[in-house]
Amino acid sequence: MNNFQYSRASDVADAIRLLAADPNAKLIAGGTNLIDLMKENVERPSRLIDISRLPLRDIEETADGGLRIGALVPNSDLAYHPLIEQRYPLLASAILAGASAQLRNMASVGGNLMQRTRCAYFYDTTTPCNKRSPGTGCSALDGLNRNHAILGTSSSCIATNPSDMSVALAALGALVHIAGSAGERTLALTDFHRLPDDKPHADTNLGSGEIITAIELPPRGFARNYSYLKIRDRLSYAFALVSVAAALELEGNAIIEARLALGGVAHKPWRSLEAEAALRGQAATPDHFGRAADLLLQGATARSHNGFKIELARRAVVRTLMQATSATPQSQAHKKIA
Amino acid sequence: MADITDQIPERIPINLIVNGVRRTLEVVPWTTLLDALRDRLELTGTKKGCDHGQCGACTVLIDGRRVNSCLTLAVMKDGAEITTIEGLAKDGALHPLQQAFIDHDAFQCGYCTPGQICSAAGLLAEGHARGADEIREVMSGNLCRCGAYPNIVAAIEQAMSRS
Repeated sequence: MNNFQYSRASDVADAIRLLAADPNAKLIAGGTNLIDLMKENVERPSRLIDISRLPLRDIEETADGGLRIGALVPNSDLAYHPLIEQRYPLLASAILAGASAQLRNMASVGGNLMQRTRCAYFYDTTTPCNKRSPGTGCSALDGLNRNHAILGTSSSCIATNPSDMSVALAALGALVHIAGSAGERTLALTDFHRLPDDKPHADTNLGSGEIITAIELPPRGFARNYSYLKIRDRLSYAFALVSVAAALELEGNAIIEARLALGGVAHKPWRSLEAEAALRGQAATPDHFGRAADLLLQGATARSHNGFKIELARRAVVRTLMQATSATPQSQAHKKIA
Repeated sequence: MADITDQIPERIPINLIVNGVRRTLEVVPWTTLLDALRDRLELTGTKKGCDHGQCGACTVLIDGRRVNSCLTLAVMKDGAEITTIEGLAKDGALHPLQQAFIDHDAFQCGYCTPGQICSAAGLLAEGHARGADEIREVMSGNLCRCGAYPNIVAAIEQAMSRS
């Protein structure tokens, strides 16, 4: 790790002031990703601003019947919170599919949104990487790209977003509350992360002087018909090759509302309103699920090693929607895929 | 490098309650809790394995919750209560998990064992895991290169049934 200065923010305004005073400073909360990246010399902040003691740990009901979740709520506390388990079990399931128990205890909700790609070239400072060192090139394009993106890629970057939590948040239509020197603003989760285009160094649309204060869940939780299916190289504690968050509202076998998001396939959680619209009003059958999967995967392109992800994602979407339909969500402990 | 501070920061005084004993030390900001425990407080029971949060050998309890001490900055934990493997036995009696690991021969080389036991202590306190499948899942952050996993799960089941 490089030498750095340490400041403890006394409140959100203080954190914003400290960020503005030092363009190379970074916020730290759980630190699970940032400290790792600092040990790899990928991140070299001049100052760490400790926000871990700020009062952003509440989970409160909103006036419209949704939930507002403070940015510093640890991942594990969120996953096991009674209101999340009862009303947003898709979110609980996705969180518990990620990382390890220790990391979930440390990592904050805001930090989960800010975690960086696990592309091996991003981590390897001896190789070119447009995300780590803009303008140097992308080693993954013609390198080992088995884990890389198939949707929304650019000629500059084919990295994926590693978060499980964000995939569920995208499907649920979550909002991200942000504070900065210009005041507060709110972004849809699906607009918070960005595609790489020619600026892959920017993972998100968060401004350099801004801080996430909360995420907000809309009232609709899809607590009956949902599933989060994560396909990976080992059964636990591995990043997704492909993951699917599916949520349905059914009347009999008719689909009233459908939500669908993919993880492990793009620079951000991948959601297609077109695919969801195609499901609405249809019967919950494998044929209709396959058509929605095709729409969701429209434009998918493979590099040399990741072509398998396209078919894997298609099948995983159909399977996850079947699990949601039968109200038998994927267990994150018993690994058999029903 | 432009992004690196020119000044060496002052050492920052912190207090940690380690295994029930207040310890005062001064640390530079980049000292991890793992290095502070091992190198400054001479509590070498907590192991440095991968140093990247992937193996779990460094697992300790902070305010009762299991965490990776290698990814924790000591300065951020000023005032916290830390429990390491050295703090689990009470009055000369082994912690039930320590006894269960012996009963089930739940290790070979033993390097991962302090982390396994601290992680299992966190698991018991959390109270979410029921049965072997769930134990395996929430212990996946602790690797054992000797492959003692079946015996580790059996040991935790024993301690769970008696707690």
